[in-house]
Amino acid sequence: MSAPSLTPSKAARSRHDRPPVDGPPPPGGSFTRSLKRNLTAHGFLIGAVLCFAIFSWYPMVREFFLAFQKTDQGEVSWVGLDNLETVFNDPAFWQAWRNTLLFTVLALVFGFAVPFVVALVINELRHGKGYLRLLVYLPVMLPPVAAVLLFKYLYDPGYGLLNEVFGAVGLPEQQWLQDPDLSMLSVVIASTWMNMGGAALIYLAALQGIPGELYEAAELDGAGLLRKVWHVTIPQTRLILSLMLLMQVIATMQVFVEPFLLTGGAGPEGSTTTVVYLIYQYAFNFNNYGAAAALGLLLLVLLAGFSAAYVKLSRAEDE
Amino acid sequence: MSTRTLISPAQLARPRGKILYWVTFGGVVTLFTVVFLGPMYWMVSSGFKDTQEVVRTPPTLVPESFEPDNYAQAWNVMDLAGLLGNTLYYAFGALAFQLVLDVAAAYSLSKLRPVFGKAILGMMLATLMIPATVLVVPQYLTVLDVPVFERNLLNTPWAIWLPSVTNAFNIFLLKRFFDSIPKELLDAASMDGASPMRTLRSIVLPISRPILGVVSIFAIVGVWKDFLWPMLTLPDPAKQTLNVGIYSLSNGVPVNVLIAALTMASLPTLIIFLIFQRNIMSGLTAGGLKG
Repeated sequence: MSAPSLTPSKAARSRHDRPPVDGPPPPGGSFTRSLKRNLTAHGFLIGAVLCFAIFSWYPMVREFFLAFQKTDQGEVSWVGLDNLETVFNDPAFWQAWRNTLLFTVLALVFGFAVPFVVALVINELRHGKGYLRLLVYLPVMLPPVAAVLLFKYLYDPGYGLLNEVFGAVGLPEQQWLQDPDLSMLSVVIASTWMNMGGAALIYLAALQGIPGELYEAAELDGAGLLRKVWHVTIPQTRLILSLMLLMQVIATMQVFVEPFLLTGGAGPEGSTTTVVYLIYQYAFNFNNYGAAAALGLLLLVLLAGFSAAYVKLSRAEDE
Repeated sequence: MSTRTLISPAQLARPRGKILYWVTFGGVVTLFTVVFLGPMYWMVSSGFKDTQEVVRTPPTLVPESFEPDNYAQAWNVMDLAGLLGNTLYYAFGALAFQLVLDVAAAYSLSKLRPVFGKAILGMMLATLMIPATVLVVPQYLTVLDVPVFERNLLNTPWAIWLPSVTNAFNIFLLKRFFDSIPKELLDAASMDGASPMRTLRSIVLPISRPILGVVSIFAIVGVWKDFLWPMLTLPDPAKQTLNVGIYSLSNGVPVNVLIAALTMASLPTLIIFLIFQRNIMSGLTAGGLKG
């Protein structure tokens, strides 16, 4: 049930792209023939459409209803905005939003900037590109439980590798996951390690599309390395960068697995409780589906804006 | 094929540039290897250490004790064979459903063009805009009691297989590929009296091998990596996936045995990746991104 880790419009675009042909239906206009043609076509569609109807479209509608209902021992009743009130009055509510926002900001600093820099560096090298690309993408292929538990051991305050490294270079050892001030950062670092491969590869592909003459022209104007990045690389990859930024925001606002596995969800003093973890708690620990749905709806409303911007941008890029 | 990048070839050709390049190159390769491969090396090697060595500080780089028995123990204690079998069963089942239903749907939408086809595609793509986590609760309730059919799919593979079909991204990917197959080819087939099914089997599918490969890999890896959904829908320990099973047993076993289990759980997808890396990477970055 996880969202695809890459941008739909991106990966689907083939090099020999042509606008879909929207010609008139094939000739043979008699009513029965067209009916038969349509029946066949719908026959091919029916399986997927049924699955979508039951497991996607119906739940979407149901989410909306759930948010305004209360289920008590099988009895469903309308409660209007009560669920929203419950959610708002929960002391964990604001903390969860603060944490989620913190995660998103940190994940943008790391998860957005690091893969871009990594792609820039790999693109500059004349050797070993294949090996480096492979390395960056390897963690993406690990099952999340393996990657996350691995990091749990690396963070361990007793025998963790990370504190060893810190000790070796003279930095004070940290309580990583046990320290409320550090726990979210620790989650972000693990999450970045696990997930950055996809983004890095997409940036790399974008970088390879920049015409070299632009750099030459910039050099003639006396631009140094940083100016070239600023005035050529970034403008040339602007669209893909903004698409990935939106993707990142949408994905990170929904973070669940990493904090759930690393810190049990809430973390020290609730410092890693995220909005989705709160939804999970309402639904599966407190059996309050109404409150979970209401909170989900809030998240949906917030992210809808980003989604709409994403769709608009990817359309613009399509043309 | 060396295209010009940030740093000019002339700069690199100079002695100073050459030295700088090789120093940077060495630094980058070392750093990347340590950062990305290091933790995995630690995982594999720690799986061979005995209980004292695995928690020793400073950690040993090469295991002094050698206990392949950890792997055997992890295999038995955590019933990895069972979990692995379950995961394979779910992954390949989901693959089969996606290949049959999503390919048929994409083919219909791309080539047969039914009435309301555009609206249906639009509604499918709209699901990509809804944050997946928002739908987890109503989807879970749906699985508890599927409307119309009135079945409870909890603890059955259907709970994994059927929702996996609702992958609008796959359908979109397939449709875009089918769109690029020349119409004349299909017209010729239908002229020869081939039914749509026959055309799909004999013409469209053979041409579409690359995209089918990409979709298949994504389908399998998707099930392999999923955590929240199988955790919710497969509460019975005997039916769980690797991810969920290892997670629920993680507190009861010694560290070295658990690490050995993590290594074994990671191997299948890593091997798939190493074999199909070219397809996966091209699937990821398919299409020239406009620069």
